[in-house]
Amino acid sequence: MAGTRGQGADAPAPSPTRDTAPGTAIAETAGATDPRALRGAGDGIALRVIAPVMRIIEIPMLGLQRVLGINRLAWVFLLPNLLLFGLFAFLPVILNVVYATTGGDNVMLADRPGIGAGNFTRLLDCANHLDPNTCREDKFWRAVWNTVWFVTLQVGVMVGFSLLTAIVLNGKIRARGFFRSVFFFPVLLSPVVVALIWKWMLQRNGVLNAFLDWAGIGGYNWLVDAQWAFAWSVFLSVWAHMGFYTLILLAGLQAIPRDVYEAATMDRASPWRVFRRITLPLLAPTMLVVLVLALIKGVQTFDEVYAFTGGGPGTATTFIIQYIYEEGFAGSPRLFGLAAAASLLVAAVLVVLTLVQLWVNRKSVDG
Amino acid sequence: MGRTWDFLTATRGATRLHWTDWASYTYLFFGVFLMFFPVVWLVLSSFKTEADLQRYPPTFLPYQQQTVTVEGYDEPLPLFEITAGEYEGMILAQLRRVGLQAQMVDPAAPEERLRVAISDYEPVEQFSLATENYSDLFGRFSFLLYFWNSTFITVMATLIMLLTNSMAAFALSKYQFRGRTAVLLLVIGTLMIPQTVVLVPLFLIVSEMGMFNSLWGVIIPGAATPTGVFLLRQYMLTIPDEILDAARMDKASEWKIYWRIILPLSAPAIAVLAILAIMWRWNDFLWPLIVLTRSENFTLQLALNSFQGELQTQWSSLLAMTVLTLLPIAMVFMFLQQYIATGIASTGGK
Amino acid sequence: MTHLKLLGTTALALGLAAPAMAQEIRFMCYSDGNECEVYDDVLTRFEAENDGVDVIVDVVPYQAILENLPIQLAAGSGPDMAKVTDLGGLSQYYLDLAPYVDRGYWESSFGDTLSWYRGADGGDAINGMHSQLTITGAFVNATLFEQAGVEMPADDATWEEWAEAASAVAEATDTPFPMALDRTGHRFAGPAISYGASILSEDGTPSLSDEGFAAFTAQFVEWNNDGTMARDVWAGQGGATYQDAAQEFINGELVFYYSGSWQVGRMDEQVGDFFDWQVVGSPCGPAGVCSGMPGGAGIVGFEQTEHPEIVAAVIDFLAQEDIYAEVTARTRNLPAHLGVAAAGVEFEDASPAAAAALSAFASDLPDVAPAAFRYQGYVNNRAMFGITAERVSQAIVGELSVDEAVERMASDLEAALADAQ
Repeated sequence: MAGTRGQGADAPAPSPTRDTAPGTAIAETAGATDPRALRGAGDGIALRVIAPVMRIIEIPMLGLQRVLGINRLAWVFLLPNLLLFGLFAFLPVILNVVYATTGGDNVMLADRPGIGAGNFTRLLDCANHLDPNTCREDKFWRAVWNTVWFVTLQVGVMVGFSLLTAIVLNGKIRARGFFRSVFFFPVLLSPVVVALIWKWMLQRNGVLNAFLDWAGIGGYNWLVDAQWAFAWSVFLSVWAHMGFYTLILLAGLQAIPRDVYEAATMDRASPWRVFRRITLPLLAPTMLVVLVLALIKGVQTFDEVYAFTGGGPGTATTFIIQYIYEEGFAGSPRLFGLAAAASLLVAAVLVVLTLVQLWVNRKSVDG
Repeated sequence: MGRTWDFLTATRGATRLHWTDWASYTYLFFGVFLMFFPVVWLVLSSFKTEADLQRYPPTFLPYQQQTVTVEGYDEPLPLFEITAGEYEGMILAQLRRVGLQAQMVDPAAPEERLRVAISDYEPVEQFSLATENYSDLFGRFSFLLYFWNSTFITVMATLIMLLTNSMAAFALSKYQFRGRTAVLLLVIGTLMIPQTVVLVPLFLIVSEMGMFNSLWGVIIPGAATPTGVFLLRQYMLTIPDEILDAARMDKASEWKIYWRIILPLSAPAIAVLAILAIMWRWNDFLWPLIVLTRSENFTLQLALNSFQGELQTQWSSLLAMTVLTLLPIAMVFMFLQQYIATGIASTGGK
Repeated sequence: MTHLKLLGTTALALGLAAPAMAQEIRFMCYSDGNECEVYDDVLTRFEAENDGVDVIVDVVPYQAILENLPIQLAAGSGPDMAKVTDLGGLSQYYLDLAPYVDRGYWESSFGDTLSWYRGADGGDAINGMHSQLTITGAFVNATLFEQAGVEMPADDATWEEWAEAASAVAEATDTPFPMALDRTGHRFAGPAISYGASILSEDGTPSLSDEGFAAFTAQFVEWNNDGTMARDVWAGQGGATYQDAAQEFINGELVFYYSGSWQVGRMDEQVGDFFDWQVVGSPCGPAGVCSGMPGGAGIVGFEQTEHPEIVAAVIDFLAQEDIYAEVTARTRNLPAHLGVAAAGVEFEDASPAAAAALSAFASDLPDVAPAAFRYQGYVNNRAMFGITAERVSQAIVGELSVDEAVERMASDLEAALADAQ
């Protein structure tokens, strides 16, 4: 029950039908929703291929279920994923921690001298943390402050526009599939291509300036101006990722039961009130996913801006991952230790931010 | 299904097109322009010659200078329109240019040589597609092999990822067990460290496991992405538990509940995740670049970027290759987006 | 699915089986033009002469050579041979070809460039073949000079004279940019040495902050801010990102472009008939030094290879005078092979302008200062190039003053040297 508390308060819980086979039971229970979900996505050719495989897996799984009981079976479901994660996500992070305590430019850990917290003190060594010029690693702090600004603007603008787009798309729109695809399309482009396209648009003699000249406004050298380059980086990043969040929000909006709105219609509530009191609260679990992902991905912005401005002018669009990439990988000498230390600091900040978000939204997370 | 605008227009007494509709369509069409124009431009640019690409100001359509074969000259000569001076209005072919003067001939009367100042003419251009950008690619390297490698990596990684992630998400959303929160936090924790940052440790692990220079070295680490678990789990939370209870009453095994109930009901989220996974693996560059060094293992993205040298980049080939790489994923998207459509439309409770 | 799996296992088996096959040589190559294609073609002849040897040219993005190759080498999973540009930095991994080749021929053919591959320790190993020599120098839009009626400065003109002339031309012809210099510490080093920077003293002490270096930095920043230099090039990017100004030059928007010999092919192809251009080499500094920077790429073998004798034979084959001359002609590069250079190269499909430009660059070689030669082979030069590009850009956009930038360059260099120990 825990999973539905958020919804259950407002929506009438569908009553389970007990005297039918499991498959039909779902179809009917979800029939409060729509059986097409099963026919559209589940059935068809895909199902015919998958079904035999799944039935074979079912045999050992059923055995395990008898041995372990239902709740401990959860670990069996988790196992493959945890195995992959353990090897390719946690282990590198653990190695990263070890790297962070060593110095020099050797690749193999065995050749690297341990220097304790030396990398961390080097990063944090500042007379005044707000003025990067007073820091030993001035580039790190420039990147930090740039990232803070960038994330604030990018997440705000992006989530705002995604929500607006999702609401518009959720309306009575002709050719909705087309419009939805259009907004999602840039997500398909690789970051390098995104950067390439917009660099051409915005360069001194690019398409935008050609248009502005034609319109009599006069062109501007966008990418040489620090503020504009920054603003365009935000724009480019919103342009490229907005579709993804729009789609998630749209799915969330469509999951809001219609009868809730009907009740509001009865009460003659104003649209704004409906939005504030019904749409937003019911969208909260989806919104949480969007905010958490957007924030984390925002802090991790790298490829597209790196290919777009290279971090310039000067260091105006150098963000934290670029700093780490350049120190530890692309630059010379390769300071793996320093880069690893910086990445751990970033991860720590992200963990704190995410926990705060989850705490604020604890109701919808715990279900 | 809760259609906000439907509801809004209904209360206002159903005029056929309310201002909100106008605003919606204006917004949408502006969106179409903003999202599509750059891509259309990319495609058109891929048909430009290298010289045309470098030109200021950029033209929208690919152009090439028109040439004409004049009697008495072996090579075709470029055509110019004379805009001022003695021969104004004529279209002449240029023999050669010396400093600021050009020697030209009238194609109709090739005997007489004319002198024109270069400030007085403009090249005559015509629309022309540089299809050699594309045809050269196929001669240059084994496009089909790279295409196969990319496809194989993408398909396998996506399947593995969808299966493991949905299983984990199912466990994390529908079971109460000790350590659930810890696992969830761990999963979210791995979101915090992007792959870019752990390239070196990851490389060492993959080499140690003997997956260096093997497609599996790209597939398996690629499948370990936390985003999917998080996304699917949040979606599965919205599936009512009563459905599961009902199924359990009917003695359905947990595995059956997973693949017959949870998976189909999560179809929209799975479709979104599938698109993302396909896109990630297809566009992946930094990681394959370090794991795959043998050309028989190359992916399209690696081949595409091999047009970037130390000092020069062959833009025309690179753009043509970009468009070719974009096509399959655009088609996959068009196919999958129907599933999102049916999925989203039907789970909402219409 | 089973079908896919089956194919997958085959692919896996192929990947694993390949290294076990005898006599397969992996050559990791990157192209600025057609280099790798030409090598591949020439090496089929080697394969024909040597039964059972299969040299596979893997064409990779330059980024793979620069960023990934060192890590692969450190992990022991590098290729057998590669075309590299970080000549000194990778020296610890090179295969010494001396036991397999004719030392006399190599020393007389490649002379000084051999020392670039020896790294910090020096010694007399033969570690690599310099396959393409480059030298920095300036391209000038002669048509614009003609239009403006400004006389081109003489051969021994200084940077300041060129700046003045280029500005006059730009003003008279309404051209947006008088001058531009590629955004890299490598290009910056030539004029800096001409301004008196030592960069790398004879005893091997590097410096990015002496009087001469600071003088050119100040001058360069000033030129960027008063519009003499195209600000877009250095100020438009961040980090150590490379940026050229070839597009501006090709479009006739730039009067004087300081780049290098590798641009000749591109200019030849893309400028076409649009205007006349010529190469004027490197202008002089106040002290009368007129140095550019040498550079280029070379082919090296790696110690980790299982077939050192074959790798050596392949490189030796490429180093033979006739083959080297052919490759040079087909790729339109300057030869580092002294014999080939002395005999002269008949460049393939090169226009008279391009041929003139290449020989202008070649004749500029004797002007290269010894410090510039040392710098090119210096182990930590990549670090120094990066520091230069980064800090000078910051000074240009105003994040740092010139003095602060010079100070930062000094402390960055110190830190880099300490870390690289």
